Amino acid sequence: MQAPASSSNPGYFGPYGGRFVAETLVAALDELTAAVDSIVHGKEFQKEWRDLLANYVGRPTPLSEATRLARAIDPESKLISRLFLKREDLCHTGAHKINNALGQVLLAKKMGKKRVIAETGAGQHGVATATACALFDVPCEIYMGAEDVLRQAPNVERMALFGARVIAVTDGSRTLKDAMNSAIRDWVTNVKDTYYCIGSAAGPHPYPSLVAELQTVIGEEARAQIIDRTGGLPDAVVACVGGGSNAIGIFRGFMKDESVALYGVEAAGEGLNSTRHAATLTKGRVGVLHGSKSYVLCDDGGQITEAHSVSAGLDYPGVGPEHAWLKDTGRARYISATDQEALAAAQLVAQTEGILPALETSHPFAKLTDVATELAAKKAGPKTLLLCCSGRGDKDLETLMRAREERA
Amino acid sequence: MPFSDPTADGPAIARASQRAIQAGGGLDATLRAAKEIRAQSAAPIILFGYYNPILVRGEAKTVDDAAASGVDGLLVVDLPLDEGVELRTRAATHDMPIIPLVTPATLPSRLDQIRALDRKKIGFVYYVSVTGVTGAANANLNKAATAAAAVRAAVNAPVVIGFGVDGPEKARAAATGADGVVIGTAIVRRVENADSLDDGIAEVSSFLGEIRGALGPNG
Repeated sequence: MQAPASSSNPGYFGPYGGRFVAETLVAALDELTAAVDSIVHGKEFQKEWRDLLANYVGRPTPLSEATRLARAIDPESKLISRLFLKREDLCHTGAHKINNALGQVLLAKKMGKKRVIAETGAGQHGVATATACALFDVPCEIYMGAEDVLRQAPNVERMALFGARVIAVTDGSRTLKDAMNSAIRDWVTNVKDTYYCIGSAAGPHPYPSLVAELQTVIGEEARAQIIDRTGGLPDAVVACVGGGSNAIGIFRGFMKDESVALYGVEAAGEGLNSTRHAATLTKGRVGVLHGSKSYVLCDDGGQITEAHSVSAGLDYPGVGPEHAWLKDTGRARYISATDQEALAAAQLVAQTEGILPALETSHPFAKLTDVATELAAKKAGPKTLLLCCSGRGDKDLETLMRAREERA
Repeated sequence: MPFSDPTADGPAIARASQRAIQAGGGLDATLRAAKEIRAQSAAPIILFGYYNPILVRGEAKTVDDAAASGVDGLLVVDLPLDEGVELRTRAATHDMPIIPLVTPATLPSRLDQIRALDRKKIGFVYYVSVTGVTGAANANLNKAATAAAAVRAAVNAPVVIGFGVDGPEKARAAATGADGVVIGTAIVRRVENADSLDDGIAEVSSFLGEIRGALGPNG
């Protein structure tokens, strides 16, 4: 049951989405909406973007079967028969973010914009945007929370090497939320010739639709690949959800396949009963943040609360509006993994598959047993699972090494 | 109405919001303050803020309580015309306007939209002098006054100018094309820099005296 933005209520997924922005941005969002129609949906753009995806990003990304991991989790194959990974970590720059960034920067260029700005949490979207801007020769400035600048240092260096200017944001929780506040303020000020390249399927209309559309390539490829390899559809698709761009990308490929369960895994941080988590769909309430109505983490007075996750990319108190709608309709189910579960999963995946997943991606890895157990309760027999391996963990080495030392 | 993530505001008002929230401020406290002020003064009160606290508290409850507290209007920065239908409709039952904003980037078609609304629902139009956040140092108020006068004619409602009005000169320039002038950041900065409450009140009173002087007998 897909709920696209309807023409009578543009930019809405059920009651979620919309455009909750300062008046200054309304005309710019109108301009962008028109450009999505006239440029992104045009043959020329599609040809150039698809060509870049194939010959620059390295698409299609492989579908790897993770047999050793599956047996490590479920030695007797009672729950999981086969486990497949959609290898977005093998994309150029190390995560799915490049699919969207190349699309949006190409769009910015065609719209005649002179400058691109972006927010970043883990730095993957910042790196992807800086990469696309280097390729297209567009000046680029990236807002990043000061806390994230510290914990994702390698990505900060990469952005600088690509010629982008990284601006450390010292307001509030000094993470993704505050980086996005600063990027919006920049856009309000320089709206005429600046393009704001949002990295997640969040923000005001048309961003959630645009980002989802540019990430749907993940789901389209994965669906064809798994049918080719197994002769059928998986029982469930699992992905991490911060803002939710990789999840919506892979979900959209399977939205109409009602036999396929969709699972989003949020960051439970130090636990859902603590105040230190980022499980917006699981523990949040309906609210408005950064331009759209969705679930948010906020107090009874409507003040946005600080999120926490060991993974910078999931450390966000909001979530894309389409996920809010998928949750309410029941088409997708949202669960969560703690910091410790994610760190342990990263280690296990590395040792059994020789793949070092990003800490974001480690969250769904940590919940495979839970997903398979839930599925078994509905229908007996071991299941085929598909996991979106959204990014690689090179950027998280320091956090992973520290966790290893603490365990030792 | 303080909000944790005021994306249309510059650093001074953003810091003021943080101070207010840390001191226990929020929508409830703002409404209580309005009620106390209303008990002592007949001056019109317009509350300015962001949508999430209103949505979480409940649109109807917020509007009803605001009316009962003597509030005369609301300005919700991140609630543009199209998203504000429910709040405007509820507010209209109290004859309470939801003030629309118009900026240099606003298209003429939106002015028609505002003109078509019942005057009671909008009260007046807030013309934003710059494309930018509050506290902009580079606002050209002469240019804004010309634009605001054109907006006033187009929407057939009173217009006030705000953003970047930091002293008597800019206030005077703005007033040439508008029915009122909004001063936010310049006041908030004086409060922030004050050594004590009394010092802050004295600073702000003297500053507003200068502004009134510059605006002439009707200031």
